[in-house]
Amino acid sequence: MRNHVLNYLHRIVEQKPDKTAFSDGERGLTFREVHERSGSIGTFLHESGIYKKPVVVFMRKSPEEVTAFFGVIAGGCFYVPIDEEMPSGRIQLILDNVKSPLIICDESTAETARTFRAENGRIVLYDQIVKTPADQAALDGIYRRAIDTDPIYIVFTSGSTGIPKGVAACHRSVIDYIEQLSETLGFNEGTVFGNQTPLYFDACLKELYPTLKFGATTYLIPRNLFSIPTALVEYLNAHRINTICWVVSALTMISAFGTFELVKPKYLHTVAFGSEVFPIKQFRLWRQALPEAVFTNLYGPTEGTGMCCYYRVEREFQDGEAIPVGRPFPNREILLLTPEGRLAQEGQEGEICIRGTSLTLGYYNDPVRTGEVFVQNPLNTAYPELIYKTGDIGRYNEAGELVFVSRKDYQIKHMGHRIELGEVEVNVGMLAGIHMTACIYDAKRVKIVLYYVGDITEKDLTEALKGRLPRYMLPNKLIRLEQLPFTANGKIDRVALKNMYEKKG
Amino acid sequence: MEDLLEILSDLHPEVDFEVEEHLIDDGILDSLDIVNLISEISEVFDVSITAKDIVPENFNSAKALYSLIQDLDEE
Repeated sequence: MRNHVLNYLHRIVEQKPDKTAFSDGERGLTFREVHERSGSIGTFLHESGIYKKPVVVFMRKSPEEVTAFFGVIAGGCFYVPIDEEMPSGRIQLILDNVKSPLIICDESTAETARTFRAENGRIVLYDQIVKTPADQAALDGIYRRAIDTDPIYIVFTSGSTGIPKGVAACHRSVIDYIEQLSETLGFNEGTVFGNQTPLYFDACLKELYPTLKFGATTYLIPRNLFSIPTALVEYLNAHRINTICWVVSALTMISAFGTFELVKPKYLHTVAFGSEVFPIKQFRLWRQALPEAVFTNLYGPTEGTGMCCYYRVEREFQDGEAIPVGRPFPNREILLLTPEGRLAQEGQEGEICIRGTSLTLGYYNDPVRTGEVFVQNPLNTAYPELIYKTGDIGRYNEAGELVFVSRKDYQIKHMGHRIELGEVEVNVGMLAGIHMTACIYDAKRVKIVLYYVGDITEKDLTEALKGRLPRYMLPNKLIRLEQLPFTANGKIDRVALKNMYEKKG
Repeated sequence: MEDLLEILSDLHPEVDFEVEEHLIDDGILDSLDIVNLISEISEVFDVSITAKDIVPENFNSAKALYSLIQDLDEE
């Protein structure tokens, strides 16, 4: 029985030691190197007496960072990826939450890491600890003692209170996800992935673990290329990339400006996308450019380990029509629940809830917020069984396909990122000179719009927010008002703000 | 040029676009910025920027971007 994610690595290093596993396009690491490096890092943790602890990995996105993740797991610990794209205020909140004894850095991040509060662990350099000679007996012992409900990573997602939530996932849910996803999308040893998503989200599970499972290859595409559509497609062709799982906005960046008239991806046969609505007009451009490719919409919250549902796009869609979420991967079930905790009737809307092995362990060091959304299945009173309430409202269409309808709260999807507008508001509200604030989302123009009352200019406000919010959460438009509109019962009237915004155009 | 600088500083009020010369290379403008920028430019200047124009040489500075707009306008 496979109960450990590194089982994939141990198997593949026997079969394809010299094949490139992870590359940034210029430099790559073979499976043997991945195996050796992760063994060294695991041994370093063991010799440092760090076991069953969160270990922060703060490195530039690179093949080396991936081996640091596996090394942390080899040492019986779980990795917590942070990144320079995250503002320092947010990183500090993450460090305060996980209380890691160790931060693994590289040359590019060590200086920043030293500015964090010291009780958050010792700082070590990847290049040094990776020289540790592997102690195979110790690593084998750690491997044997692991059980599949032990955590392997914590990734952080937006929280409406202003404090990000750390979603902890274990071997078992990751293995279950990788097995189902690989089968559904048809990954194999010939798969060449082009990774777009940052390594500090669960989205990169799609590439990292199937690469180990099949002996495939993953290219970590440099971020800058996503601003230069022709160069991006040329990169895909140069490395014969045939499989991509990207956020929709990265795909539309290519299709929207006539890139396909200049250059087409030559090898792509599998295109998965998700995290936001794909405008049908753009989708058609992709379809026309790659008539033979398989296109699959993916849906799922981080709390359900990666993606949960899929829809292979085979029929035609009208402009403005939404591509369905489809149906769950095998071995998990979607329950559409009414507010009373009953199953929604045919055609009726309900909250999308997930049941099965794919549930993560919950929010790390946060029993209160965990208990709010990881709850007993209301349809089962006979024994303990958790479901995860996504907060997404869905319904089944006439074809029996699940479709996303709306959110229950102020969570939005912006450029593929999951954001609580409440978190933006809380962070703005903490700044000196701000009296009142409210955020709305303009989905059409893809803009987070922030209204505020206060004695601070738009420019200073943007500056101040940069240290607190990740770039993708920064409001795209700031509007200063004398007064915010209120509803009759004294709440900020977001509907009025939206109307006001739309009238101005 | 004034109009362009206004569009740019609307996107990033904290950047001095009159001096910055590595907007793409340094990652100051990300892909979302590029998309927004192109849509604003097409509205204000009535030119259409397509994939062949979206290269660092044209987007690294306000000056380069402005000369792209002028070239497109003459076509």
